[in-house]
Amino acid sequence: MTLATAAQAAYIVAALLFILSLAGLSKHETARSGVVLGVSGMVIALAATVVLAADGGEAMAVVLLLAAMAIGAAVGLWRARIVEMTAMPELIAVLHSFVGLAAVLVGWNGFLEVENGGGAQAEVPGSLLGIHHAEVSIGVFIGALTFTGSVVAFLKLSARIDSRPMMLPGKNALNLGALAAFAVLTVLFVISPNLGLLVALSAVALLLGWHLVASIGGGDMPVVVSMLNSYSGWAAAASGFLLDNNLLIVTGALVGSSGAYLSYVMCQAMNRSFISVIAGGFGIEAGPAGDHDYGEHREITATETADLLKEAKSVVITPGYGMAVAQAQYPVADLTRKLRERGVEVRFGIHPVAGRLPGHMNVLLAEAKVPYDIVLEMDEINDDFATTSVVLVIGANDTVNPGAVEDPDSPIAGMPVLRVWEAENVVVFKRSMATGYAGVQNPLFFRHNSRMLFGDARQRVEEIVSAL
Amino acid sequence: MSHSAHRLGVVAESAPGETRVAATPATVPQLVSLGYEVIVESGAGRRSGFTDDAYARAGARIAGHDETWDADVVLKVNAPTPDEIAALHDGATLVSLIGPAANAGLVDALARRPITVLAMDAVPRVSRAQALDVLSSMANIAGYRAVIEAAHAFGRLFTGQVTAAGKVPPAKVLVAGAGVAGLAAIATATSLGAVVRATDPRPEVAEQVRSLGAEFLDVGVAQEASTDGYARETSRDYDRRAAELYAEQAADVDIVVTTALIPGRPAPRLLTADHVARMRPGSVIVDMAAAQGGNVEGTRPGEAVVTGNGVTIIGYTDLAGRLPAQASQLYGTNVVNLMKLLTPGKDGRLVLDFDDVVQRAMTVVRDGEKTWPPPPVPVSAAPAPAAPSAPVQGTAAAPAGRPPSPPGRRRHLVTAAVAAALFLLTAFSPNALIEHVTVFVLSIVIGYYVIGNVHHALHTPLMSITNAISGIIVVGALLQIGQGDTVVAVLSFVAILLASVNIVGGFAVTRRMLGMFTRS
Repeated sequence: MTLATAAQAAYIVAALLFILSLAGLSKHETARSGVVLGVSGMVIALAATVVLAADGGEAMAVVLLLAAMAIGAAVGLWRARIVEMTAMPELIAVLHSFVGLAAVLVGWNGFLEVENGGGAQAEVPGSLLGIHHAEVSIGVFIGALTFTGSVVAFLKLSARIDSRPMMLPGKNALNLGALAAFAVLTVLFVISPNLGLLVALSAVALLLGWHLVASIGGGDMPVVVSMLNSYSGWAAAASGFLLDNNLLIVTGALVGSSGAYLSYVMCQAMNRSFISVIAGGFGIEAGPAGDHDYGEHREITATETADLLKEAKSVVITPGYGMAVAQAQYPVADLTRKLRERGVEVRFGIHPVAGRLPGHMNVLLAEAKVPYDIVLEMDEINDDFATTSVVLVIGANDTVNPGAVEDPDSPIAGMPVLRVWEAENVVVFKRSMATGYAGVQNPLFFRHNSRMLFGDARQRVEEIVSAL
Repeated sequence: MSHSAHRLGVVAESAPGETRVAATPATVPQLVSLGYEVIVESGAGRRSGFTDDAYARAGARIAGHDETWDADVVLKVNAPTPDEIAALHDGATLVSLIGPAANAGLVDALARRPITVLAMDAVPRVSRAQALDVLSSMANIAGYRAVIEAAHAFGRLFTGQVTAAGKVPPAKVLVAGAGVAGLAAIATATSLGAVVRATDPRPEVAEQVRSLGAEFLDVGVAQEASTDGYARETSRDYDRRAAELYAEQAADVDIVVTTALIPGRPAPRLLTADHVARMRPGSVIVDMAAAQGGNVEGTRPGEAVVTGNGVTIIGYTDLAGRLPAQASQLYGTNVVNLMKLLTPGKDGRLVLDFDDVVQRAMTVVRDGEKTWPPPPVPVSAAPAPAAPSAPVQGTAAAPAGRPPSPPGRRRHLVTAAVAAALFLLTAFSPNALIEHVTVFVLSIVIGYYVIGNVHHALHTPLMSITNAISGIIVVGALLQIGQGDTVVAVLSFVAILLASVNIVGGFAVTRRMLGMFTRS
């Protein structure tokens, strides 16, 4: 056993632990042990790598790498401790951008060590040089794409820039052009690698990542974030090819396919193809909100809502992004507790794309100590609305739009939605009568069994709680 | 006409033996909430068990015969008599069962008056209109009652029992025609404990029959799937095979319930006198199609007859009316749903919209002009192949979002293309790369299967943990830091720092999130 084979063995163990970790995360019961497995895998992999690096390198390098890890760990711990659960999407986007940037740096290093080293380098045998060039180029491309894409996603999610889709003329042509440029640059780079080409390639990738995410609207963020998650995995895998390291390949592929799967789930939930989400600009062309007479909506006060809830046998709450914006999860949890003490059956119905991150609503409700076994998925609860006394729609709009089922001309036709309108009473918490993300009017508001409760969701729910 | 609210008149039924009424104390408030003034003829609900008082309490005004018939909209169950047609005032609207296909004379008589007539039994089979489909709601009740009548006339238990006094075999019931009435009969008979078999020329209903616990007897001759939700006439080949089947079954079963109807035609003859003669004494046949001529030779509409060999043939035509309170309630609810459709403003003003296929199809006469038959309605109830256990679930609002691409074929094509690309890529690669590609491809597959089972509530923790482990890219930077010059060292330093934030931050935030999830 040499140090090198020991490290390889450690990598295999680490890869297995990562797989088990992800498998553990599939259920509430095993999720915590999943994290432990993941951490152990990471510790084993890092320890092996550090030993390997320390063995060959000079003391200075070891000090540097330990220092970098320590600083990074401290920053990571600090951010993880203070982050608000409503800000989870932003945090995740930032972390994606780090992976992307790291992949770019690793790619550049690969270039500097091998290609730029000229004939002096001894790491890569001549016959594999071409492949190495291609790997550098692909790794840098994916990494850079992930980096700027995640930065834009972060800026949009934290409302530092407008979350509306940016509509450049010929945006699809721009995207395809960037891909073509990438292909051409890669070929040139393989033929004769030089710094200029790599810089150009990085610039193209950075711009493409920026443009891709900038042209996708805020409501599609669940898809975007999981897509970036996927990219960050592919970036890691590309680095694995570059560095001849199976652990990176395995881990990158795991993360990449998991992100891709989540994106797929999200797209299904919106009845849209991945391509149409990525191409962006949803809801711009479809805005005939004014040409249809939906009738009158009726309002209700918080006190009346409380009376309605007192009489109710079963209540379903369907939260959306609006609940996160208003930070209403705590009063909602209070309301849930109060009602359950009164013997009212309270459950939550979560649409797969509610919020700005897959599973975002679940995390918010968990934070407010809503038991997870009353938080149900759309398919689990959709058949129960017909026997529900009161549905509270808090900050959701498109995900409860009956037009998706009943109006074949609706821009969101065919999107699976929560069928809240089947319940006896529906109370919709909303700031105003404005349309939702998709820019589609919601006939739910005008149903005879719907009432609107206008105002800040947090305040209104608190009023209901005190009226109870 | 004036701008005041229209008056709705709920009249008493004149047909002998009719027990139903077009509105009940439960439906009156709904009609009132649509803005109408509701007038109920004194005694209209008596035979359904609803008193005048109950109607008055529900918000209706009780009035005499003439005043009720003078209403702007007259709600009724049975088709009107000539006297009743004359009693309607000019411009009035009549809502009742008409049977326009079978009663051309009646339609003509109605069209001689300047009135509007909506036939409750001409509702098109689109899912949107199911809420007003009287034929379905009545057939449902009638199917139940048919089995109850059969059980009453049948001198034995339905359910099989093993008692101290010996063994009782279960009754065998054959239901011919698995429409709404047939399915209700099947459900009732199985719940009474009988062994139930059913036939129907439409092969697509077999699944519904089985879902109710009955056996589907396949005639074995291919018959086209129904395109309008209703059965149609059968082929000669089918009829011959079906006759053999009925002959076989007649000798075996104790109870036969026939429900075969084809819209606008006389009922098909299913059981001949010869079939009936094969049945055991004491057996019972309920012919639910008696009013349309009967499915059974020897049926007399409205009567129960006993044949020479002791078989009772029940030909009651008022099966639904034998459960008057519920029949009235369902009919009344159908009427309310129609009125909702006709009163878009909820202002007590009836508005007929001929662009709406449902309203168009139901309107037999408009302002004295005969509008029957309506143009054919493109029905969606057709053979939606998967309609498990839901009798007539149409998909009128079929989402037009993404056209359903043939999933199987496209998937195969994609798989083949990917496999070919992978093959070419690998075949031209040097050995070192092949090993990596193998690892890479297998890992993707593992990732897909591992993630595929993740609970939806854990999607966010999943993302943050995959984020943490994608920080594994730090390994690359770790290996590079000591390998090159200063630039490489600096870049590696930054990469290690960033990736470490990722690893530690990702794991820590995942732990924190998972700590929040609690069970109740």
